Amino acid sequence: MRGPALRRHRRIWGLAAGTGCLALAAVVSLTLGSRSIPLWQTVHALTAYDAGNDLHLVIWALRIPRTLVAILAGLSLGLAGAVMQAVTRNPLAEPGLLGINAGAALAVVAGVSLFGLTTPAQYVGFAALGAGLAGAGVFVLGRAHEAGTSPVRLVLAGAGLSVVLGALTGILIINGPPSVLDDFRHWAAGSVEGRGYDTAAILAASSVIGGGIALSMAGSLNAIALGQDLGRALGAHVRGTWALACLSVMVLVGAATAGAGPIAFVGLVAAHLARLAAGPDYRWILPYAALFAAILLLGSDIVGRLIASPSEVAAGIIAALVGGPFFLVVVCRFRLRAL
Amino acid sequence: MNSTAPRVLRVGSRSVLWRPRTVLVCALLTGLALVLSIVLLGTGTLAFSPADVLSSLVGSGDNPMIDRVIWRLRLPRVLTALCVGAALGMSGAVFQSISRNPLGSPDIIGFSTGAATGAIAQIILFDGGPLATALAAVLAGVATALVVFLLARTAGRSTSAKLVLVGLGMGATLAGVNTVLMVAGHLDQASAAQIWLAGSLNTRTWAHVVPAALGLAVMAPIALAHARRLDLLEMGDDAARQLGVGAERTRLVMVMAAVGLTAIATAAAGPIAFIALAGPQLARRLTRAPEVPLVAGAAMGAVLLLSADLLSQRVPFGVNLPIGLTTGLLGGLYLLWILTVNRKI
Repeated sequence: MRGPALRRHRRIWGLAAGTGCLALAAVVSLTLGSRSIPLWQTVHALTAYDAGNDLHLVIWALRIPRTLVAILAGLSLGLAGAVMQAVTRNPLAEPGLLGINAGAALAVVAGVSLFGLTTPAQYVGFAALGAGLAGAGVFVLGRAHEAGTSPVRLVLAGAGLSVVLGALTGILIINGPPSVLDDFRHWAAGSVEGRGYDTAAILAASSVIGGGIALSMAGSLNAIALGQDLGRALGAHVRGTWALACLSVMVLVGAATAGAGPIAFVGLVAAHLARLAAGPDYRWILPYAALFAAILLLGSDIVGRLIASPSEVAAGIIAALVGGPFFLVVVCRFRLRAL
Repeated sequence: MNSTAPRVLRVGSRSVLWRPRTVLVCALLTGLALVLSIVLLGTGTLAFSPADVLSSLVGSGDNPMIDRVIWRLRLPRVLTALCVGAALGMSGAVFQSISRNPLGSPDIIGFSTGAATGAIAQIILFDGGPLATALAAVLAGVATALVVFLLARTAGRSTSAKLVLVGLGMGATLAGVNTVLMVAGHLDQASAAQIWLAGSLNTRTWAHVVPAALGLAVMAPIALAHARRLDLLEMGDDAARQLGVGAERTRLVMVMAAVGLTAIATAAAGPIAFIALAGPQLARRLTRAPEVPLVAGAAMGAVLLLSADLLSQRVPFGVNLPIGLTTGLLGGLYLLWILTVNRKI
């Protein structure tokens, strides 16, 4: 084996190893928590469910949906981060930093406190809409479409927008009915605690749709990532790719935020690690980013459960503890040119 | 004659350079701050007319209830807001001048988040009382700001955008640390930390006002005495040195004064965002003078914080609006506005 074949071989093995890590993390996530469950009990609960056993109940009612939500939300954020970095050609593009999470979060809280929504299935539409509006706002303010605009401008616009939207979300939560305050205090920090199968099902559906769109246009993303003119010269449909990219980001980020709250930095870290591991080809970057982001968010959730046992730290906070320094490294290392 | 042009006031052998427009702006802002204070003193669950407030303030009020509410409850709050706003405005002006960066204000460069981390760590880990909390907040704030400056330096000088980005990343990381500390602490300590962190003007007493006012009375004259040298320093170290300014010494004194001012504000009211960013810039837009807007920035800072407080209390429909969220909202909008008008970033 030589050249391309060897590279392909390596990439496939890398994906397999990553999936193994994710499976391992999932098992750890099922066993560890404020009440640790022995491994054999966990296996037993999965293979021979006994409704009379407390531990089995904990696993099926709490830990499995929670683990699924962490994996699916992470995967969505990773895909969204990679797609955004490709179309904006900006190494700092990421749903959290550009305020898209904040828009989705504001829309969800507004839907709950003003329109009385109750189920995650109802939030998701709102969240996708909010993500879309925030994305459009940051796009216009950051002049993402103009050639030669500094990548920093987009991030500054995102930071300003996040602050404004975050403050509005805080005001809505404080002034909402007490149930809203109680439900969303933890959610606003980005937590997957206490999620049910309904949330997991919605996240699964949106990951399939959004992820499908993203993967199907990976070839066009490769062309667009070279710049709009060069992309057009290579035969990519620039407008169409942008529209599809926006749609997939809206679906992915909307569902992830509705399910797990606004979580920043996961998409950034995952996309950069994926580029490091898989090279410049978006057909490989996308699956790698999804895998890394899922591992990162699930790992953050596990650490958050253990670090302050018996209480918990939200997964989004732990992700920020990892992602913040990573962001600093990116800012200091890169000369902040377009990708 | 143009009102922004400088004029000279001579008293014996000493002379002072002044600009009519700057003096007018400072006077107007101070007047506005006083009017806002009087309105704020009359605002609350019990509303008083400005006449009642004034007569109570000069000691000729005949209603002991009004006297008690104003002197015990509302005056400390308003005076805290005045001192904190002025201190933040002035320190923002100094930081922006020294970092040669319009976005180099203490909240952007991580001072505020760092101060919060220091305060929470002190409360949760050592629990050594309010003085220790204020001290820890100041030390941690200075350390954070230093780290941000060092990380953002490229080839000797920090670029505007990079400073903001590094501050952003540092802020996000430290906010995570803060949350972990809060969750890990005991419930009563965590709630004490939460109250400090909320950065509120609520429940301020004379015990908050007196140290803040004293600190301002010490730090502000130091900053003002070096104001001319700071102006010269803006032309670059070499030019300033030729004009007889000790560049390093001036910078050191001014940084210490600005850190002291921020520390006073943080100790009195917790972290309050964006006043230090917006105050000096808005003041400079009004004065149109090339000098570092120390006095005008301080007056503008006080006006901004008092307005935010008034907005929080007077907002319609009975909406509950904590001051931290109000300044966050206004500051975020201000940042977006800067971005819209400034095409160069």
